Amino acid sequence: MIEGISIYHFLVVSTIMFFLGIAGFIIRQNLITILLSIELILNAVVINFLAFNKFLYPNELQGHFFGLFIVGIAAAEAAVAIALIINVYRRLKSIDSDKVNEMKY
Amino acid sequence: MSGFHDILLMKHELLLVISALVIIIADLFYSGNNKSGIINFSLILFFIITVISFVPTGTGNLFGGSFQGSSLTDFMKDILNVAVLIIFLQSESYLKKPENVEKVGEFFAIILMTIVGMDFMISAGDFLTFFIGLETASIPVAGLAAYDRYKSKSAEAGVKLILLSALSSGVLLFGLSMIYGATGSIYFVDIASKITTSPLIVIGFIFFVSGMAFKLSLVPFHLWTADVYEGAPVNVTSFLSVVSKGAAAFIFTIILFTVFKNIVHVWEDVLYALAVLTMTIGNLFALRQDNIKRFLAFSSIAQVGYILLGIMGTGALGMTSMVYFILIYVFTNLAAFGVAAAIYNASGIENISGYKNLYSTNPKLSLLMMLAMFSLAGIPPVAGFFGKFFLFTSAGNKGYFILVLIAVINATISLYYYLMVVKSMFIDKTDTPIVTFKSSVPMRISLVICAIGILSVGFFSGIFEYIMSLSSIIF
Repeated sequence: MIEGISIYHFLVVSTIMFFLGIAGFIIRQNLITILLSIELILNAVVINFLAFNKFLYPNELQGHFFGLFIVGIAAAEAAVAIALIINVYRRLKSIDSDKVNEMKY
Repeated sequence: MSGFHDILLMKHELLLVISALVIIIADLFYSGNNKSGIINFSLILFFIITVISFVPTGTGNLFGGSFQGSSLTDFMKDILNVAVLIIFLQSESYLKKPENVEKVGEFFAIILMTIVGMDFMISAGDFLTFFIGLETASIPVAGLAAYDRYKSKSAEAGVKLILLSALSSGVLLFGLSMIYGATGSIYFVDIASKITTSPLIVIGFIFFVSGMAFKLSLVPFHLWTADVYEGAPVNVTSFLSVVSKGAAAFIFTIILFTVFKNIVHVWEDVLYALAVLTMTIGNLFALRQDNIKRFLAFSSIAQVGYILLGIMGTGALGMTSMVYFILIYVFTNLAAFGVAAAIYNASGIENISGYKNLYSTNPKLSLLMMLAMFSLAGIPPVAGFFGKFFLFTSAGNKGYFILVLIAVINATISLYYYLMVVKSMFIDKTDTPIVTFKSSVPMRISLVICAIGILSVGFFSGIFEYIMSLSSIIF
C-alpha cells in the first residue's frame, strides 16, 4: 500500500486522537475548546474509516463515503453548537463551562 | 414493480419533508400580527399527513437496501406521528404567547424535519443512513431546547444537549468504524452474516451501545437528561422524552435484533447491567425531585430501564412488548406533560409542591394527572400496567427471573413518588391553590386523546395482537 506505513500506524494515531478528544471534553472549561475536542473525536473516526477501507477493503468505497458524510455532519453540528454557545454568551457573558451550572443534580 | 410504486414506501418521509417546506414558505406570507395563523395552518396540515400516513403500502427495499420499509416500521412511524400531533396540540397556547409569536414557523418546521430524521433512522438498512437519520433527529432538537431565547436556563439546556449529543455520536461512530473494519461492510444484512465475537467487534459494539445509551439516557450516560428537560420549554421536553426516546428505542431494538442477532449472549450481559442500573438509579433520583420536569425526566429514565427488559426477551415477543409499551408511554407521558404545560401556561408554576389542593380548583386536570401517574406506576386498570406486564413477561420468558424481581421492586419504589404527586394534588391543604382556569381548545382535545389512550389501549388486546402479527413476520 503505502511504503513503510502499515494500518497499525493509522489506527494508533486515530485511537490517540479519539482519547485525547474524550480527555479534552472532560478536562477543558471553555465551551469552544470542548467543541474542538469533539471535532478531534470525529476526525479520529474518519481516519479509522479511511484506513480500514484503504488497507483491508481496497476494492470498495463504503468507508470513504462514510468519512465524507461524517465531515459534512460535523460541520452542521459545529454550526448549531457555535450558535448555541453565542446564545449562552449573551445570557451569561461567559463561555466557561463552570458558569453554565444553573441546573444540577 | 414500477419505480413510482416503490417510492411510496417512503410516504412518511416524503409527506413530512414536503409539509416542512410548505410551512417554511407559508411562514413568509403570514407577517407581523397575524403570525399565529401559522399555528392553525400547521396543525391542520399535520393532521392530514398523519391520517394519510396510515394508508398501508407494504414491504420492500429502496436504494439497494439502504432503506427498508415494512408494516412494522410504518406502525412505528405512525406512533411517532400521533405523538407529535398531540405535542403540536399541546404547544398551541405556549406558541401564542407574545414572546414566541415571531418564531412559530420555526417550531413546526424544525420538529417536522426532526421526525423526518427519525423516520429515516427507523427504516435504515445500513449504518450510514442510520447515522444521518440520527444526526438529523438530534441536531435540530438542541436548537428547540434553547427556544426560550431570553431565559438562561433554556440556553444552558441547548448547549448541554448539543455538546453531549455530539460527543455521543462521536463515540457511536468510533464503534461503527471498528465494526466496519472487522466485517468490511456497513449494510445490516452483510454485517449480520459476518459477525463473530472477535475482540474488535465486541469493543466496537460496546462503543456503539454507549453512544446509543446517551440518546436513550441509560444510567451511566444519563446526566444530561434532567438538566436539559428542566431547561427546555415544557412542550420541547415532552418531545424529547417521548418522541426522541421512542425513536431511539425503536432503532436500537431493530439493530440489536438484526445486526447483532448472532452475538445475543454478548449484548444480553451488557443490557442486564444497564437495565439494573437504569431502573434503580432513575427511581432513586426521582424520589428527591420537586420540579415536575426534572421529576418526569428521572421517571422516564426509569421507564427506559423497563424497556430494556422487553428488549432482552428477544424475538417477536421482545419487539412487540417494546413497541406496545412505547405506544402506551406516548399517551401516558404526554398526558402528564400536557397537564404540566397547562398549569405552567396558566400560572407559571412548575413545582410539585405548588400543585397543592389542585383538585379543589381544577378537578378534571387533577384526575387526568392521577390517571397518568397510575399508568406510569403500573396500577392495573390503566394501560401502563399492561405495558409493563408484557415487558416483564418477555424477560421472564428467557429466564431472567432475578432481573424481573429487581424490576418489580423498582416499580414498587416508583409507586411512592408517583403517588406523592397525587397526594399533593388531592390531600395536601393550602390556602392559596392554583386558581381555576380553562385551557385552550387544542390543549383540551389533546388531553382527551391522552385520556382515551390511557384508558383504552390496555383493554383492546387486538392492538397487541396486531403488533405481534407485524413483528413476527420479521423476527
